[in-house]
Amino acid sequence: MASILAVDDSASMRQMVSFTLRGAGHDVQEANDGVQALEFANKKKYDLVLSDVNMPNMNGIELVKELRQLADYKFVPVLMLTTESAGDVKAQGKQAGATGWIVKPFNPEQLLSTIKRVLG
Amino acid sequence: MSIDLSQFHQIFFEESFEGLDVMESQLLELQPQEVDAESVNTIFRAAHSIKGGAGTFGFMQVSEFTHVLETLLDEIRSGTRTMQRNYIDLFLQSVDCLRAMLGSIQAGSEPDMERAAALKTSFQDILKQSSSPGQEGDVPAETVAANAEDTAGNGDGDDAETGWRIIFRPSEDILQTGNEPFRMFRELQELVGTEHLTVIPVTENLPEFTSLHPENCYLSWILEVRSDISRDDIASVFEWVEDDCDIDYQPLSSAAVKEHTSDTGEAQTDTEQNSVVDDMAVVNAEPPAALVPEKVSEALSAAGTQKAKPAARAAKANEPSSIRVSIDKVDSLINMVGELVITQSMLGELGQDFDMSRLARLQEGLSQLEQNTRELQESVMKIRMMPISFAFSRFPRLVRDLGGQLSKQVNLVMLGENTELDKTVMEKIGDPLVHLVRNSLDHGLETTEQRLTAGKSGEGTITLNAYHQGGNIVIEVKDDGAGLNEERILNKARQKGLVPEAQELSSEEIHQLIFLPGFSTADVVSDISGRGVGMDVVRRNIAELNGSIEVKSTRGKGSTFIIRLPLTLAILDGQLVKVKDETYIFPLVSIVESIQLQKRSLNHVTGSQYVMKLRDEYIPIVRLDELFNLRSSDEEFESPMLVVVEGDNEKVGIVVDDLLGQQQVVIKSLEQNYQRVTGISGATILGDGTVALIIDVSDVGKNLDKSVKGQPRPGQAA
Repeated sequence: MASILAVDDSASMRQMVSFTLRGAGHDVQEANDGVQALEFANKKKYDLVLSDVNMPNMNGIELVKELRQLADYKFVPVLMLTTESAGDVKAQGKQAGATGWIVKPFNPEQLLSTIKRVLG
Repeated sequence: MSIDLSQFHQIFFEESFEGLDVMESQLLELQPQEVDAESVNTIFRAAHSIKGGAGTFGFMQVSEFTHVLETLLDEIRSGTRTMQRNYIDLFLQSVDCLRAMLGSIQAGSEPDMERAAALKTSFQDILKQSSSPGQEGDVPAETVAANAEDTAGNGDGDDAETGWRIIFRPSEDILQTGNEPFRMFRELQELVGTEHLTVIPVTENLPEFTSLHPENCYLSWILEVRSDISRDDIASVFEWVEDDCDIDYQPLSSAAVKEHTSDTGEAQTDTEQNSVVDDMAVVNAEPPAALVPEKVSEALSAAGTQKAKPAARAAKANEPSSIRVSIDKVDSLINMVGELVITQSMLGELGQDFDMSRLARLQEGLSQLEQNTRELQESVMKIRMMPISFAFSRFPRLVRDLGGQLSKQVNLVMLGENTELDKTVMEKIGDPLVHLVRNSLDHGLETTEQRLTAGKSGEGTITLNAYHQGGNIVIEVKDDGAGLNEERILNKARQKGLVPEAQELSSEEIHQLIFLPGFSTADVVSDISGRGVGMDVVRRNIAELNGSIEVKSTRGKGSTFIIRLPLTLAILDGQLVKVKDETYIFPLVSIVESIQLQKRSLNHVTGSQYVMKLRDEYIPIVRLDELFNLRSSDEEFESPMLVVVEGDNEKVGIVVDDLLGQQQVVIKSLEQNYQRVTGISGATILGDGTVALIIDVSDVGKNLDKSVKGQPRPGQAA
């Protein structure tokens, strides 16, 4: 199965996401914010990155920009976890190089079906 | 597949409450004139996280309410609206409201939505006075358009013979956002079925090999879907790349559909041949059929369960309270346990064939064990320790709100916020502290005019200070107000018969009067303090924590309330005493001194009550043996000792047979195991296995008068 980097500053969301993904057989690495995520990404190539947008230290948009600078992450799918209200956030995310987004609130089933869509 | 989301609820509540605390403290620091972008960002982030979590975990009331709040915050954050003082007030009220909502949800009850609805209306009113008037008008228009398209799409879908031709021209850099066209084609294939999709690659834009950039996508595609799928459903496949491509939808006539039915295989071969990126071909070559029906039904059932879930959600009441411990503390604990294991194995080995020649090693081992135990005890205690900032954190808000209500300018200073205190003590000291701070604000500080007249600065200061002193923690609540009005206090006490008319009291004695039950000097009972809860309750609450409170005051300069508390409630430094064959324990903090009792210095007053002159003052004497019915009062002591203790600011001499050692004892609650007994605060188990009772010093002192008056005596179950 795939290795996934899950980035969120909210512990409950992080736990929910990683629990769901692990249940589906994926390897999940959790990160608290963009800075930590980038550290992990520098050490290993994950198959997919899932990131919250609003985070302290380094937000999701900045994270995507940084990731796309890494040779390993040029084509790796990066999905943003965002809320419907944040229309321009989607555009910003795309601009920065995000693959797509998952709209919050989502349930585990929606998460898995979206992941499946990206990972094939 | 179904996942029980309730397992994440507890952590969601914890982080939400933390988030609300952050919002509150940031809001309190905000000045409308100079809004710090980072603070607004932090507040927004906290609200956003709560909203996201609440939505995910099915607490729709919370996420809907947070949404309006977040919308206003977002406008402020993006600069389309400027912060105003009434916004801050509204945000603060919302924080309270959210806290209450989450609290009741956590407790398993329905949150009260009335307040939320009122606040929501206020937010919507503000949002209506929009700074960007176009916004609101736009929304309905868009919706109408979308609906119209929807209807069109469905209309087409009704005709089974039709479908769509999609001309898909991705931008060259589409691959660099992690989007691969083939993933989308496969998704489309899953939606409509392999046999209903034809993919025709268009290679006309493919450059010469020398100028071909391997990371770019030069292909475009014509996709033909022969199915009653709506245009919106197809569009959802391309949702993420809408802005990165040209995409045209053409409705297919039934003729066109038939024409292309047989082309599928050919098209795929084409694709493989012309594929620029290897990955794509591989993906395409996989046989993707068969999977389709399950996936669709899975997606459908997923949508179904999602709706059913919130209703079925059973809220768990009274989640066990948890504590966050830093890794350092846990590590040191593990370290200590390791040491203990080493000592234990050393002693075990020693015990296997012991002879007196190895006595020195045994003693060494035992002292090591003692040290290990003490260190372990300290480490475990540290786990329960939390910085007092947890108790202090509510005060900025409280002072701000009360100051506003009373029209007093108040500056709150908090010192020693990192001083650590036992969690249980922390929880119980909160209310008394609130009372003291309210009291200082209401009665202590003067109004701005009065202050200016008195030559002080218009702004009053309340200082909260916490620090360690010996085995105690000291918390001071200090104001620079008018100080206690001794004359008024004394008059009031005389009126109420608390002090005899003729008796003269020192300033200090007068100050202590405010702690007497039934004493309140406020001329008018205000809403802020003096709700029938007086300083006596504060003192009683603190006494329950084995602590004490005193007040120091200087007229015109202000008052300071000083609370002393033990660091923990679980362990007590005790003085062991012997009475006949029983062992009792006095809390060491309460002992003033211990002396040999001189019978001739005893004076007999009313009934059976003795007093003794100790230096300048007379102190009442209690015989512990008599109090606990161990001996009748006729029997004489051989060489009695007198332990002078102080509880509730009164000294009492307690007669015992002998003083034994001092040691730390672990307090076991009597109430939990038996019932409350007057004069006894708890029990402990001594080294030899016997049980010793711990004397409640203030109880013994309090019951003096009662026992004289023939009331139930201490020592009898209440």
